[in-house]
Amino acid sequence: MALPFPLSDLLVILPELILSELALGILLWAAVVKRERERALAWASLASLAIAAALLPVAASFAGELPRSAFGGMIALDGFSLFFKALTLLAAAVTILFSLRFVGTSPYPGGEYYALLLLTTVGMMFMASGTHLVSIYVALELMALSQYVLAGYFKQETKSVEAAAKYFVLGAFSSGVLLYGLSLVYGATGTLSLGGVSAALEAAPRSTLLMVGVVLVACGMLFKVASAPFHVWAPDVYEGAPTPVSAFFAVGPKLAAYAIFARIFFDGFGPRSDDWAPVLAASAALTMVVGNVGALMQTNVKRLLGYSSIGHAGYALLGLLAYRAGGAAGQPEAFGLWAILFYLTAYLLMTFGAFGLVVLLEAKGYATESVDDFNGLWKRNPLAAGAMVVFLLSLAGIPPTAGFVGKYLLFSAALKAGWPALVVLGVLMSAVSLFYYFRIVRAMYLVDGEGEVRWREEPAVAVAVGLCFAGTLAFGVLPQPLIALAKSCLLP
Amino acid sequence: MITLAHFVGLSFVVFTIGVVGVLVRRNLLTVLMSIELILNAVNINLVAFSRQLGDLTGQVFSVFVIIVAAGEAAIGLAIVLSLYRLKSSVNLEDAAEMRG
Amino acid sequence: MEPGLFFFWLFSAVVVVGAVGVVVMRQPIHSALFLLLSFLGVACLYVQARAELVAAVQVLVYAGGVMVLFLYTIMLVNVKRQRTERYLHRQAVPALGFGFLFLLVVGGVVVNEARALAGKAPAADPAALATTVIGSETVLGNTQAVGWVLYRDYLLPFEIASLFLLVAMIGAVVLGKRTMERFD
Repeated sequence: MALPFPLSDLLVILPELILSELALGILLWAAVVKRERERALAWASLASLAIAAALLPVAASFAGELPRSAFGGMIALDGFSLFFKALTLLAAAVTILFSLRFVGTSPYPGGEYYALLLLTTVGMMFMASGTHLVSIYVALELMALSQYVLAGYFKQETKSVEAAAKYFVLGAFSSGVLLYGLSLVYGATGTLSLGGVSAALEAAPRSTLLMVGVVLVACGMLFKVASAPFHVWAPDVYEGAPTPVSAFFAVGPKLAAYAIFARIFFDGFGPRSDDWAPVLAASAALTMVVGNVGALMQTNVKRLLGYSSIGHAGYALLGLLAYRAGGAAGQPEAFGLWAILFYLTAYLLMTFGAFGLVVLLEAKGYATESVDDFNGLWKRNPLAAGAMVVFLLSLAGIPPTAGFVGKYLLFSAALKAGWPALVVLGVLMSAVSLFYYFRIVRAMYLVDGEGEVRWREEPAVAVAVGLCFAGTLAFGVLPQPLIALAKSCLLP
Repeated sequence: MITLAHFVGLSFVVFTIGVVGVLVRRNLLTVLMSIELILNAVNINLVAFSRQLGDLTGQVFSVFVIIVAAGEAAIGLAIVLSLYRLKSSVNLEDAAEMRG
Repeated sequence: MEPGLFFFWLFSAVVVVGAVGVVVMRQPIHSALFLLLSFLGVACLYVQARAELVAAVQVLVYAGGVMVLFLYTIMLVNVKRQRTERYLHRQAVPALGFGFLFLLVVGGVVVNEARALAGKAPAADPAALATTVIGSETVLGNTQAVGWVLYRDYLLPFEIASLFLLVAMIGAVVLGKRTMERFD
């Protein structure tokens, strides 16, 4: 019996394959490792991520001409997916650096934690390259299930378990809604491959069944990227989950969800974009307002960053809407898309940076971090305070930071695509965001007192935050290399 | 004759009951069961469309949905257990230590 | 009424009664029993829709595996206390209204569309769901047909699903284990 696929298809998924094997290896190793040597597991996980990252270009070169479809059209390797895979690997690596002491000093085993982190990364990587709704769905569930466990990993902390319960119920519910939408799409088009759906939409007349399906899929996706009106879970989960995990949740799953959002809606439902674009636009507007206004009232730093990440989800939706910017066939159409790639990279750097400083707060006890903890940080550690200011400026979108360039690119793409009202709203909301970001700056520089943030306790976190700091500034001053990279990833 | 509309109508009814259950009930166990109802509604749809189109994709997808439902139930119930150990309750509203 | 349609309505009634029971019953154990009823009704419908393998998997995995999980958890959780606890969420009434509206409006649209689809073309020949061509051979039977599609065209999602189940196992152990001792 012949194999159903050429063996070379395995090379296309080489990074995922190796990473999942290494994750299983770490799981086995965790069974025999001594407690005091447990840190080695973290380093091994980091090494596994590095190996997977190094294999990305190898897989690309083996694959030959991109985009390379594999396993009968289940997944495809292209520049877009490579970019997202690199980002998710980076996100997982930073999370491990954050987790070293956090998990190491907790009474919970580290092996399963790191293995689950690697497996959720595998899920995200498969999501980034999925071109068939079945493979996208199964990969999404692989990612989500590991994350439910990670959210509740600190199982004697009530907040952690509550966060897991909330995340689980809303995650499973949104998956159900998404699936129901997919089933209607299947009924209306007779296929589940994105190319097939798109072709069927081109050919078929407008169908209400499909519209309902697309709207339900959109609802499910908006849940996953924490956009209004389906955002309520995000601040609760970010507050309750272990802080390194919260940082990961704010970045990793969102990256992967944006990747499949773009794939499903442009490669799949693209021919019907006139129907669903207004829905996305409404959600983007609502998300920007809800996220930024909601953040104004928060005193807990993790909740504040959670609301701010909702606001950022709204900006990123603008980028999705602007995918069509340009109009002419070929590369100008991708303008909105590479703006998203740049923006998400900047978002990764600045969000991880800000969360990294929050990780240092945990010395005080589980999930009790408030803005006051930053009081007088400037006197005790000018370096940390300065880094935080840069991250906050970047989140607010002020030059010379990567956040500014990203927002600028997104907004100009949205203008080109014909959403001026949304851009005005976005700029207004960025101004609102200054208020709450400034509260942290005020605490650090203007309020006297002994806050709880200590520095230098954790070299691993310091290294990770330093990297984010360097990236945020570097891509703010010199955005060209990253823009060029994002562009080159999108061009065939 | 049983038509596609029969199955799709039934599936929609079950879907709505499941959604209402998730929104209305506070007992985590019942909420989990309501989510299972939603997934069952999806499967009825998939199988019905598969029958209509004479295409096996729907049936295969429904097998995947069943696999995922089983995994989700395992994790969901484990979360319920750990919540119960901490709070002696499986009510979602009791889990409101955090401000909404 | 033709027998097929009669049985369809019978099973549908079982499914809907089960589903309603899950949502309205106060005791989780009663909900679970109604859920079982619903699962079995759905399995019967699958047989009617020519999805014999899915029906078998439904009985084995849902009615067998998932139900046992639910019953186990209900057993471990002290159910008597539930009686005194709040039954409905604060937003129950608007949610019910929304559900009803959703059912009438969107449900009406969806069913209408499905009717139109069914009107355009009758259901495909059931043989299509039970035939596979492997090379020059034609194989009959729904199980074989689904199996071939699953392991040939959907091999990659199948493998991802195996990772998914592994994560479910690790996660259930990590979360469910009672003791906190990490080593030895």
